[in-house]
Amino acid sequence: MSSETPPSRFDLPGTPVFDGQTSRRGLRMNKLFMSLRTAQNRERFLADEAAYCQEFGLTPEQQQAVLDRDWQAMIDLGGSIFYVYKLAMMDGRSMQYLGGVFTGMGEDEFLAAMRAGGRRDG
Amino acid sequence: MAEVIWGLATSHVPSIGAAMDRGKADDPAWKALFDGYAPARAWLAEHRPDVAIVVYNDHANGIDLDFVPTFGLGTAERYEVADEGFGRRPVPDVVGDPEFSFHLVESLVDEEFDLTVFQELHVDHGFTVPLSVWTPDPGDSWPCPVIPLLVNVIQYPQPTAARCFALGKALGRAIRSYPKDITVGVLGTGGMSHQLAGARAGFINPDFDALWMEKIETDPDALAGMSREELIRQAGSEGIELIMWLIMRGAMNEQVTRIHSDYFVPASNTAAGIALFDNRLPQRA
Repeated sequence: MSSETPPSRFDLPGTPVFDGQTSRRGLRMNKLFMSLRTAQNRERFLADEAAYCQEFGLTPEQQQAVLDRDWQAMIDLGGSIFYVYKLAMMDGRSMQYLGGVFTGMGEDEFLAAMRAGGRRDG
Repeated sequence: MAEVIWGLATSHVPSIGAAMDRGKADDPAWKALFDGYAPARAWLAEHRPDVAIVVYNDHANGIDLDFVPTFGLGTAERYEVADEGFGRRPVPDVVGDPEFSFHLVESLVDEEFDLTVFQELHVDHGFTVPLSVWTPDPGDSWPCPVIPLLVNVIQYPQPTAARCFALGKALGRAIRSYPKDITVGVLGTGGMSHQLAGARAGFINPDFDALWMEKIETDPDALAGMSREELIRQAGSEGIELIMWLIMRGAMNEQVTRIHSDYFVPASNTAAGIALFDNRLPQRA
């Protein structure tokens, strides 16, 4: 978990809101994620992830989050879930896997909760 | 004049398309969802419009965060299916209708909806999955030309629900003012409740979804009065994309006939809904 987690826009616990400031903070990192749509860029990224991050101008914290596959930190540092998911897909990770990470439940328990009708507040 | 003959609201979850593309529609995890589509598909197959308009949002495929248009309309002759990272879906590219698009843009801008115009746009699952929900086996081409209407739902501030409903009403007027006698289907896509990130990921709200499913037919004004915060609270941070259903609904008459609706949990991390409305009902004076 990043120490830079910003306060949520609304009083909605556990609900990141991807607003303008967040998008500003994450722009370079989100551009990197978007670039992973092409096989050529995925190959270049995998050949030297740190160099690729530097090429896109990520902050040191963002680069570390990407290298560590620290999904929560990527969100905290300005990642949009739809962009972060490009990296997850490249790694063969599903949205259920990410759900397991964000909730701390793990993929299997998260998947079981979804199949049981989804999670509720409170 | 052109006439809206039906409105179709449907979720656009990518895994719905993937399940179809991989022949998994009869798998136990998916069968109930696709069985729930069948009555709508059968009716739609008998009611093919001349043109369709798909209200949708892009997911980091056709546009990025350099430009975030609140509303946009495609004016191209053809829209290529996007490669979202691992090959494009095995579905046809989309044929557009530039003449109708330009009419819609002009009418909507005259009504002070200042849309961004897309002369080139790769359409992603947000667009192609609803087409597949409508037409599971398109063959070489979709049933008719289709026009994309983009809405920003992924970066706050999204347009308000009220603005979406008003845009839908203006879209309905724009369609009716087209001089050609053509029939139009309008698709509102996205939803229902879901949240992908944060400790609240996996959130589903069946009570809210049931309310939305009823009011979208009978009292869309009530839904249009909801704030972004309320929508995110009730439907989850990504469930706010339900505002796109209001554009479809706004383009239709005050009274519509529900042909079919269904609700299924989960499609991936999402509550999937479908609602089909016939617009050709005699209206009260």
